Amino acid sequence: MSLSAQETEIKNPPVSRPPLDPHLKALENEAIHIFREVAAEFENPVMLYSIGKDSSVLLHLARKAFYPGRVPFPLLHVDTTWKFKEMIEFRDQIAEKYDLDLVVHTNKRGREENITPFTHGSAFYTDVMKTEALKQALDAGGYDAAFGGARRDEEASRAKERIYSFRTPDHKWDPRNQRPELWNIYNGMIKKGESVRAFPLSNWTEVDIWRYIQAEDIPLVPLYYAAERPYVERDGMMILAEDPRLELKPGEEIQHGSIRFRTLGCFPLTGAIRSTASNLEEVIAELEIATVSERQGRAIDRDQSGSMEKKKREGYF
Amino acid sequence: MSATATANAASANVIPFAESAARVSRDTRPLRLITCGSVDDGKSTLIGRLLWDTKAVKEDQAATLARDSGAQNDLGLPDFALLLDGLQAEREQGITIDVAYRYFSTDRRSFIVADTPGHEQYTRNMVTGASTADLAILLADARAGLLEQTRRHATIAALMGIRQFVLAVNKIDLVGYDKAVFEKISHEFREFALALGVRQITAIPMSALKGENVVLSGASGMPWYEGPTLIEALELATSRSTQAGGFRLPVQRVVRPGESFRGYQGTVAGGSIKPGDSVAILPSGTVANVKQIVTFDLVRNAAVAGDAITLVLDRQVDVARGDLIVSIDGQPMTGTSFDAQLVALQPGGLEPGKRYWLKSGSRRQRVVIEPISQLDLQTGQWKPHASVLSMNAIGKVHLSFEEQAVFDPYEQNRATGAFILIDPDTLNTVAGGMVTARRGDLGGIHRGRDGEQRVVLSLPADLAEQLMASDLFASRRDETEIRRMTSAEAAELFSDAGSDI
Repeated sequence: MSLSAQETEIKNPPVSRPPLDPHLKALENEAIHIFREVAAEFENPVMLYSIGKDSSVLLHLARKAFYPGRVPFPLLHVDTTWKFKEMIEFRDQIAEKYDLDLVVHTNKRGREENITPFTHGSAFYTDVMKTEALKQALDAGGYDAAFGGARRDEEASRAKERIYSFRTPDHKWDPRNQRPELWNIYNGMIKKGESVRAFPLSNWTEVDIWRYIQAEDIPLVPLYYAAERPYVERDGMMILAEDPRLELKPGEEIQHGSIRFRTLGCFPLTGAIRSTASNLEEVIAELEIATVSERQGRAIDRDQSGSMEKKKREGYF
Repeated sequence: MSATATANAASANVIPFAESAARVSRDTRPLRLITCGSVDDGKSTLIGRLLWDTKAVKEDQAATLARDSGAQNDLGLPDFALLLDGLQAEREQGITIDVAYRYFSTDRRSFIVADTPGHEQYTRNMVTGASTADLAILLADARAGLLEQTRRHATIAALMGIRQFVLAVNKIDLVGYDKAVFEKISHEFREFALALGVRQITAIPMSALKGENVVLSGASGMPWYEGPTLIEALELATSRSTQAGGFRLPVQRVVRPGESFRGYQGTVAGGSIKPGDSVAILPSGTVANVKQIVTFDLVRNAAVAGDAITLVLDRQVDVARGDLIVSIDGQPMTGTSFDAQLVALQPGGLEPGKRYWLKSGSRRQRVVIEPISQLDLQTGQWKPHASVLSMNAIGKVHLSFEEQAVFDPYEQNRATGAFILIDPDTLNTVAGGMVTARRGDLGGIHRGRDGEQRVVLSLPADLAEQLMASDLFASRRDETEIRRMTSAEAAELFSDAGSDI
């Protein structure tokens, strides 16, 4: 083997960025460690890709973790068919740009029975089109480990979830019987049919995510940045009004204003915020003085306290 | 000792403020800490107060709290305990049953808090939280003084390698901000902590409920206290670093994107490395030189502890996941027999003689444990003749491996000295452990780190079994240790034991 051949093979990205601050560097190192450990210990991992900002960071970290190799597992997107149009466009661009194996799954039953967030209520809709669909996709792929972008600061039950979150063969999470997790030594031993959800971003906060996106220049769906957009006010939320499937109720009217989204999910269930933050710097500045949490815009979290824990027990991410 | 003298002694270990301010700006890694105490000490209120006053709790979360509790305390604040106890079972029972991680930050630094329950039955949860912590906050109720529980928490925290303590003397308002009460408790605690080998101790009088000396100053009620608030003490604490020792890279995976490139991926677990350095691959002992340190961003000219890197060597050598790449100088201990301390984490406890999986770094191998003694958490003393270690027990054990194992002493390197045990039947994590020393592989006199001496005998398995079953041996276990060994194994050991004999 000639050394010059080896040298030419490592082509570093042409971009030269200032080094990360020690805080973000520590979080990045931890996430890369988790990615490599899971990839080494499990036979058939997959990465859940929701197209949002956390997924974008997760994907960036995966590319870093395995460089100069390729990301050694597919990305799975559970498509409820009710995502923002811009999300789907962005997803396909990214998959092509980074040469990723993308698996897209939609719950056929839900589609055939025409289960929509408008007709069936957010709880039932989420159960069928997200939780059930996810389980179908995981079973179909035979995945024994699934990366997710969940963070412990998002919600109370997540604060207690392990980095390797053990799941039964029917994908259930038992919060009272979690494996102890000491140091950075992860127990990846499972029996056939069981699986692990792995969360490399467990220790990141929302501000960390944004600062990292800025430092690493990670592309995002434009909906995160404020722009003049049409919307409808419904149940105290501002819903984006550009999809023809959104039918106006009596008394509702389409308004226009400068809005953006702090999280992205299914458009009928995701509320926008009024904002003029049209670039990263402004978004971060806005975030640092924000007085409400990001999940406040998610209808599915509102049903009752502990609703996330309940969904997670049943297999939701 | 007069009250003044005590006060001076109490502040002697407080880090001088201006002096350490410069250090903060250089080291802004997140500080990981653990809070030890019970609901009675006001632990939930304290963490809630930290989150609240650093604005880590948002309005909608507070509104959810208010809706759930339907009540606020007399200061108009939400019930912080509900904020912290995230699981339904915890809310229903009003207790904390698991480790929860909380995040908050100031302008100077960010913090990760492992919030763990206080009761002895949850020792395993505390051990989990302590395993990654740089600092422990120990809570004491000013009215109750230093309790058994606080001593137990301090003992466990020290055992897990935490070398910075903050004693939060809470509810100081309920004793009329009495300086003498604070000094008595902090003096007593300091003596205890020093005996555990912990020298960085900061004692702070506070009222978590009223927010005095937590994030905001408590000077109006306690003009006599001149030390830092809790948040100031945390901002000035040091994050753990293992950059001083020898280079350690547990190999997580080998990356081969093309025929000509072969890299070893892992997180540097100690020391530093640069191209040109000579390294050894353990346990094989093969030697090579570092050719390149590759990361996504650039080919680097150095990497230090904590960095996730890809290492390229200058020659083709046999390196696999589980191997440890180390500096030629200052190598770790290699052998098949080690001393360790461990904590049993599951209801079934730990069985002597059972073959467990041991995972350390990226390496997993079979091990048999033999309990030697158990820590009495009431007295802090080690009791000999422990046969079984039940859940929450902390024990000293011997580890016997079938193949070569590689460790550093935990007190020198937390990453390469720590391990977990996995039950081969349930595949659950059943213990967390810390290696203290290597034991000689062959017979002779063994001297442990704590000065204990034993005669070690290696015998064929059937003889060993008979002798170990005898009453005579049982009464002399402190002096003698017996290992099972076939004559073929003995011959092999003699041939390559080298310095061990």
